[in-house]
Amino acid sequence: MAVKISVKNVTKLFPSRKGPMYALRSFSLNVEEGEFVCIVGPSGCGKSTFLRILAGLITPTSGEVTLSPGKDDVPLQSIVFQEYAIFPWRTVVDNVAFGLQMRGIPRHERREIALEWVRKVGLIKFADAYPHQLSGGMKQRVSIARAFANNPEILLMDEPLGALDAQNRAVLQEELVRLWEGLRKTVVYVTHSIEESVFLGDRVVLMTAHPGTNKSEFVIPFKRPRSLSLIGMPEFGQLTLAVWQDLQGEVQRAMEQQQ
Amino acid sequence: MKRLGKHLDIETRERLLSIGFPLVLLALWEAAVRLEWLDARFFPAPSTVALALWNLTAKGELLGTFWLLPGRVMAGDWAGVLKVFREGHLWVSLFRIFAGFFLGAVPGVVLGVVMGMNRTIRVSLDPVISAVYVLPKIAILPLVMLVFGVGEMSKVVIVGIASFFLVLINTTAGVRDIEPIFFEAGRNYGANRWQMFWHVIIPGALPIIFAGLRLSLGTALIVIIAAEFVAAKYGLGYLIWFSWQTLLTENMFAGLVIVMILGVLFTSGLQAIERRLMPWQKEERPTPVDVSDVKSAST
Repeated sequence: MAVKISVKNVTKLFPSRKGPMYALRSFSLNVEEGEFVCIVGPSGCGKSTFLRILAGLITPTSGEVTLSPGKDDVPLQSIVFQEYAIFPWRTVVDNVAFGLQMRGIPRHERREIALEWVRKVGLIKFADAYPHQLSGGMKQRVSIARAFANNPEILLMDEPLGALDAQNRAVLQEELVRLWEGLRKTVVYVTHSIEESVFLGDRVVLMTAHPGTNKSEFVIPFKRPRSLSLIGMPEFGQLTLAVWQDLQGEVQRAMEQQQ
Repeated sequence: MKRLGKHLDIETRERLLSIGFPLVLLALWEAAVRLEWLDARFFPAPSTVALALWNLTAKGELLGTFWLLPGRVMAGDWAGVLKVFREGHLWVSLFRIFAGFFLGAVPGVVLGVVMGMNRTIRVSLDPVISAVYVLPKIAILPLVMLVFGVGEMSKVVIVGIASFFLVLINTTAGVRDIEPIFFEAGRNYGANRWQMFWHVIIPGALPIIFAGLRLSLGTALIVIIAAEFVAAKYGLGYLIWFSWQTLLTENMFAGLVIVMILGVLFTSGLQAIERRLMPWQKEERPTPVDVSDVKSAST
């Protein structure tokens, strides 16, 4: 398979009162086309910064980032943000159609595509509702639908389920797996939940505590399509535990840094 | 004895109270004047004020000789039509308010967006604007008249200046108040400058822009009345001032009533526009239950 994302020794320095601070230090990653890669690290390790670099919202201080474009008529990447970054002034369907509208797709066509995705995330009854009428889980579904409807080659997700309660989270993880397995787009998914990363990903990349760099990698061998019943399998528990044991020291270090 | 109105539902009861109580006050006022507890020369009875309103209208002072309008329009006498509006205190004041408001609000929004987006421009302009903003606008009326003459222009300009600063300051605040994540989302989904302005900045800042518009329309009313006190031959401010000088207190009160009605109409008019322009801001509606919430709640 072709390499879709190639990142070599990316470093990001932010100015601070005590001089430049590392947000990310010499981080490297290759993602193949159609691969679902999860990046896990303790809080403050720079994983969200890394995703913003991939999204073109932040320029790295040094290092190389290459996203290889495939087709001309679709966007290269779209991001799903951690918070509810859907526009409160747009209805559900208009939010989902946002990327299509920015690309100049005619009104009728983009509405049709958007409605299809609204239906797929189970919000068709709320297509013309405004975000303030939705619960947190529903808002994040809109956010996910907005990215999918834009039909990018690469999906970037920055802890999209991080703000949800455990039950909503489980439901949306399963929905996400189902949506993705239908399309097999290249995904980089940032999360602090090990269980989530093992459940969703083909590969889990661990980052060290601040300043974040590569720690280790786990290949997730579970067959697709996956469903929530996977979480009950002993192999799932063993793998989750192994990842946790590897990451534990970094989490400890991150906590000490914060004190 | 049963409590008054206890059998009514809350909404009807509150509506009755909100209309009934002011009516009771008016009746008390009327009674107080008739019983000579209040001096009718200073506080004419509501009925006298109503009569004054009628007389002002009938004499063509308040609304001009509007009954001549159909004839003049038919005859194509446009100069005559204009004359009707020029001689009605209400029309004159309304023109000054809205012309000035428009003249100030449009550049206020434009410069406000620029200042909200561009740090360099904001930092450079901020001290100047803060300094000019605190000046009571009516205090620069002599200066404005020096520049624009004693005619119509100076009144429009003084209202424009007052509106401009309020709208500018609120628009800047509104733009800066937009969550950065909305700009990131806009950029990531490919919005160009114009799309960013139209689909992110304007809707994002609209609630606060409207707060500024509401304030500035209220200020426009204050400023124009004050300006007409000292420097006009027509307008509601002139009517109030002239009536007090000639001790026609019932006409003065009639002028005050009209100003009050204008204030109420401006506020409710802008609110109606707001509701239309910002349907996403509708008052709290119950949050629908999440499908997944139901699923998880039953397990």
